[in-house]
Amino acid sequence: MVQELLSGQRLAVLATLMSDQHGRPYSNLIAFAATEDLKEIIFATSRATRKFRNLAADPRVSLLVDNRSNQETDFGEASAVTVLGTAGEVSGPEREARLQLFLTKHPYLEEFATAPTCALIRVQVEKYIMVTRFQEVREISPAP
Amino acid sequence: MSYVLSLEDIRPRHRRLVGGKGFSLAVMAQNGLNVPTTLAVTTRAYERFVAATGLKGRIQLELRRKDFKDLRWEEMWDASLRLRHLFLNTPLPADLGAVLKDALGPLLPERCVVRSSAPGEDSPQASFAGLHASFVNVVGLDAVLEHIKLVWASLWSDAALLYRRELGLEVRKSAMAVLIQEMVAGDKSGVVFGENPQDPGQMVIEAVYGLNQGLVDGTVEPDRWLLDRETGRILEYRAAPKREILLPGEEGVRLAGLSPEQLHTPPLTAAEVLQVFHLARRGEALFGAPQDMEWTFAGGRLVVLQSRPITTAARGREGDQRPWYLSLRRSFGNLKALRRKVEEELLPAMDREAGRLAALDLTALSDAGLQEEIVLRSTSYRRWHKVYWDDFIPLAHGIRLFGMVYNDAVKPEDPYEFLNLLGAAGLLSVRRNRLLLDMAARVRERPEVLEEIRTGRVTDPGLQPVWQAFLREFGDLACGTSTCTLDPEALANLIREMAATPSRGERLTETEVESLTERFLSRFGGPKRAEMAEYLDLGRASFRLRDDDNLHLGKIKAQFLKAVEEYQRRGRDLRALPPEVQALWRELTEPPRPGQGETGWQGFSRFRARQLVGQPASPGLARGPARVVREASELFHFRAGDVLVCDAVDPGMTFVAPLAGGIVERRGGMLIHGSIIAREYGIPCVTGVPQATSLIHPGDPVTVDGYLGIVIIG
Repeated sequence: MVQELLSGQRLAVLATLMSDQHGRPYSNLIAFAATEDLKEIIFATSRATRKFRNLAADPRVSLLVDNRSNQETDFGEASAVTVLGTAGEVSGPEREARLQLFLTKHPYLEEFATAPTCALIRVQVEKYIMVTRFQEVREISPAP
Repeated sequence: MSYVLSLEDIRPRHRRLVGGKGFSLAVMAQNGLNVPTTLAVTTRAYERFVAATGLKGRIQLELRRKDFKDLRWEEMWDASLRLRHLFLNTPLPADLGAVLKDALGPLLPERCVVRSSAPGEDSPQASFAGLHASFVNVVGLDAVLEHIKLVWASLWSDAALLYRRELGLEVRKSAMAVLIQEMVAGDKSGVVFGENPQDPGQMVIEAVYGLNQGLVDGTVEPDRWLLDRETGRILEYRAAPKREILLPGEEGVRLAGLSPEQLHTPPLTAAEVLQVFHLARRGEALFGAPQDMEWTFAGGRLVVLQSRPITTAARGREGDQRPWYLSLRRSFGNLKALRRKVEEELLPAMDREAGRLAALDLTALSDAGLQEEIVLRSTSYRRWHKVYWDDFIPLAHGIRLFGMVYNDAVKPEDPYEFLNLLGAAGLLSVRRNRLLLDMAARVRERPEVLEEIRTGRVTDPGLQPVWQAFLREFGDLACGTSTCTLDPEALANLIREMAATPSRGERLTETEVESLTERFLSRFGGPKRAEMAEYLDLGRASFRLRDDDNLHLGKIKAQFLKAVEEYQRRGRDLRALPPEVQALWRELTEPPRPGQGETGWQGFSRFRARQLVGQPASPGLARGPARVVREASELFHFRAGDVLVCDAVDPGMTFVAPLAGGIVERRGGMLIHGSIIAREYGIPCVTGVPQATSLIHPGDPVTVDGYLGIVIIG
């Protein structure tokens, strides 16, 4: 179910912490892609952005991915997954594969993602929290 | 926006707006057949109502709590009761109310029939007569508006939910039209099947005196004619044992006795039979297929009440239990008769049998004699188990019937408020707990008497009478579960635990229940009060039986188990017993297998449930360690404040209830034992949690939210 959601949705809400404001939460939408083993979530951002500054100072992040359709039926039918993880810029030999993964899902973002100012970020997933039927909650963590 | 259409205005394009029934009435009216004056409240009105009030979202929430496949029939009852309650308690949006009043008011007949007309309900592929509500003899505009909502609610009746796939029932798309008709108080009425499903050469007519409703809901048995489909010649006539007639009352309907003359005269003359025959032929010509028509004779004039194509599609497949569930919806008269049978014949016979078996000294039997006795007892248990399903369970509907009557009259905030009037204090399981708590109270005063219970030699004058009463009535405490030996050690542990906790009383005393009852009944005057008192009385009897019947059946079961235990004690091999007896033994003694847990995937192997959804069965909030009970013996380790987590609470287990901090149950429903007992002691309870006993682990700290119906783990 988590897999379905992560591959089906293009956008996620990313929450970071504003270290210069005593850790006030900050959220925004990002385009993302998940690795096949679901252990990493990849997104791209300009190094000039607020979110980049936030996670450079404090790498703890949370993401929300959901499939709501903005109808009443969402309460029964929509599901959402919260991701807890740690973010960091991808560099070195791994970078190319991660970039390809991201661009396969978002080919229209090639110019954006390959711009010199753009950083490729990887979130290492610590836990998924899946919510279905409005309030059914389960946790999935990677094997130790 | 056309919320209301008259029959003259209805065109083929309106078919979905007015439903199958409404459309065929319009066709008949426009072709010169006699039909009652009818106004159709279109599906647009339903759609407007559920959209403007937010009901659509609430229906969605109610029905999506869990997968339909996991929903038990009792949970469907509950869901539809709650939805009915929502419809009833949600006012019409002002604009819709005004439009309906303007459109219906000036044309409203003095006495109305308010009928469901669901789109697609009467298609030739699927006929689902009787799944939705219709009301006869509704008087006045306000009452009509109220009943329109009840018909809307019946789109989500438990019966409709059972056939949701066949009906294509979907919150997003489904809607209901309602017909407001002048009530034709016919002096004889009936149905005609244009083609006999058993013999295509025949036509079938059924007729009763009075209103058709009596025939349709099975209250009054009809006379029956078989005719030649071509000529109308009567091939066969069968008179019913006639006794009663359904007549319009001041409001609604009432049953009355037939006059001496009617008792011996068929409702229809030969000439009238022929009139109905011609009507059926006319309907067939009009619709191009044989019809199933309801009609009535009023002052010599033949009026068609509704017409639909004949189908046989609704007949169940092999193994389809749904027709049985539907048979549970019984009328008041039927339930009253069933109650007499259960209380006056079945229960006494069952108790006599249990007594007779208990009196037999098993140790005196030869090995062969014992084996014979075991076989006898297994047959006895099977027989009573069948009685349990055929007669005891259907009687439980009396509770719901009272609930519906209560909710309609009182419109309480809590749709289960009526349970307070049923008087759980009289339940056997509550009486048993009272004795246990009395013993605990004595132990609290004099701790040393606990030792007397532990050894089974009770001499303390303060304890003795209670102890005796307990042994006499409930000595087979654990028998309802798996073994039959009363273990004094285990009992002493239980009582020690009860003594160590502040005593938890029943929520309502008998005097409080009495005053609640009086408050309810005082809303009604005259014959209505008497009628309500009868419904309440039936509700109480059903409620008592719902709980007690298991304990009665438990006594028969105990006698079977006792005989097998004696057999084992003699060192005999169970495999020497007939296979069906072995099977019964396994069935009764092996704990239910917990449901399959979900497994992790792709390296994410640690999976755990953090919040589970069931239904709120008793309000309150509790937190405590989970006591996951998979077999009866675990009950005796129960500690005060533990949250009881189990597959299904049976009445044999409810003795731990006064100790429990909260109750979580896999089986769902408001009227199951776990819910009843939890409400009685004011313990937070959530039922209908799929896989509760495998997703929650022993000792897990759990929070039970009995308001919202959720369980939080960790």
